[in-house]
Amino acid sequence: MTAVDTPRTVRARRSEEDTAPSRSSDRFRRRLAENLTAYGLLGGALVVFAVFSWYPIVRGVLLGFQQVDFVGSPEWVGIDNFRTLFADPLFVTAWLNTLEFTAYALVIGFAVPFAVAVVLNELRHATAYFRLVVYLPVMLPPIVAALLWKWFYDPGPGLFNSALGAVGGPQPQWLDSTSTAMISLVLVSTWANMGSATLIYLAALQTIPGELYEAAELDGASVWQRLRNVTIPQTRFVLAMMLLLQVVATMQVFTEPYVMTGGGPEDSTVTVLLLIYRYAFVYNDFGTASAMSVLLFVVLGVFSAAYLRLSSREG
Amino acid sequence: MSTTAVRTLVSTSAKSTGRGRAAYWAVFALVFLAFTAAFVFPLYWAVTGAMKSSAELVRTPPTVVPEEWHPETYREAWTGLDLWLYFRNTVVVVVGAWLVQLMVAVPAAYALSKLRPKFGKLVLGLMLATIMLPAAALLVPTYLTVVDVPIVHVNLLNNPAAVWLPAAANAFNIYVLKRFFDQIADELVDAARIDGAGPLRTLWYVVLPVSRPVLAVVSIFAVVAAWKDFIWPLLVFPDPGEQTLSVALQRVAPDVPTNYLLAGLVLAGLPMVIAFVVFQRQILAGLTAGSLKG
Repeated sequence: MTAVDTPRTVRARRSEEDTAPSRSSDRFRRRLAENLTAYGLLGGALVVFAVFSWYPIVRGVLLGFQQVDFVGSPEWVGIDNFRTLFADPLFVTAWLNTLEFTAYALVIGFAVPFAVAVVLNELRHATAYFRLVVYLPVMLPPIVAALLWKWFYDPGPGLFNSALGAVGGPQPQWLDSTSTAMISLVLVSTWANMGSATLIYLAALQTIPGELYEAAELDGASVWQRLRNVTIPQTRFVLAMMLLLQVVATMQVFTEPYVMTGGGPEDSTVTVLLLIYRYAFVYNDFGTASAMSVLLFVVLGVFSAAYLRLSSREG
Repeated sequence: MSTTAVRTLVSTSAKSTGRGRAAYWAVFALVFLAFTAAFVFPLYWAVTGAMKSSAELVRTPPTVVPEEWHPETYREAWTGLDLWLYFRNTVVVVVGAWLVQLMVAVPAAYALSKLRPKFGKLVLGLMLATIMLPAAALLVPTYLTVVDVPIVHVNLLNNPAAVWLPAAANAFNIYVLKRFFDQIADELVDAARIDGAGPLRTLWYVVLPVSRPVLAVVSIFAVVAAWKDFIWPLLVFPDPGEQTLSVALQRVAPDVPTNYLLAGLVLAGLPMVIAFVVFQRQILAGLTAGSLKG
């Protein structure tokens, strides 16, 4: 608001002071100089945004309706790319797999950090240690986490089956079985990312006024009732934001399936982004890859718009 | 924060008497063990796994503590797998991405916040509009742009600039910096101008010295994101000699002995872990500030 008001009042005051035409051209020149300086400072940002952000956004949509090779100019092909895509049996598989990943990630990756944060918020000892270690995996490059867990998942000498074997537990095939491959990827991704969600929830929990809990307790509310009627409503905004962010992030899952399963076994972990990658960088079919990107863009756009609405309403 | 007892879900008195006290310590022990098992033990397993011999590494059941220690695996992996080269490439990519982001975003945010040029709001809006766009959906067109940059027609593949320049088109940086600059009193900037300082001098000598906290947040985000990135470097560094640690480790993973690969993974993760332990406070402050308000 002030950004708009201040220059206007300054301008109004100045026009009362000097009315001579020469002065007004002076003022014009000064304002021009100011604007030139400002755009000089903005220049770098304008160039990188234009070339590496705005232009690719427009081009991405156009490419969905074009066929490109690196020799000639792109050729318009109407909706042919989308036809190719819909005819590919992997198209439906990839969407279903991505939805499965997102659904698991919401059940595990959304609930676990919140539950952990609620418990951590009650503890009064070793809090610094808990915060430190839960965030450690977040700092690791995703490749490191993915390759480490691939080794842990090894059904032979791997850590998990060795540990399960020591206590007489089951010996799942993890990444090698169509029924457990996807959930195995969700587990790595949750392990690697839950630190940030946990600490964000923890920060939100600490803003809840203690009086609310006192009052609820005086009214005879049990721990569960307090959790349901105080904790969750009080953190509703952060929970909703994180939910939307998580949907947007998990629907773009790539690194884990690319590194750990390559989309297998039997295409059970081919995700949308993995299919885009294959079309573009394995089959060199950038048109169909872009058509798929446009669809992903539209689907995620809904969640992004919801996120922006929510954050601008509250912020 | 928790030194004076803040009232939370369970009251302090309920935790300090009789059964409540026992329950508190039981939960504490459970959480402590679970956290150590989930977040510390895997790292221990990787660090010691790299020091086991190849034969010991495939034994079932595995040894919890290596029988024979081979710390030289780290040194051998460093030279034998050319990790030093990928490490150097990563440092070039990360430091460059950080510097370019600051050089682009700081002057731009300053201009939008304090110089307020004509159409400034429109420019800011167009930049912020990109903040929520899914990066994945833009991979293909951005890749094609980097392969043949418009107007100048340069191919940036295998060039660190292929990471630096797209990284600089970061609306989050502009947003965070502008919000901070907005809170610096206009009088401070005006006073510098009346003293005859140009906008650049004002930025450098007046604005930047009071902006250390926000510069730290932007820097941390820039460095961590660049170090962790995988898919973009995978696309723009097809030449093995130019690859970053993440891309190179993924490429060689199927073909190298497990203990060497583990050594590589540990060495790739170590700088970030050290950075976290050192800058923990700033990183966590940036995390919550960035997520709740951004």
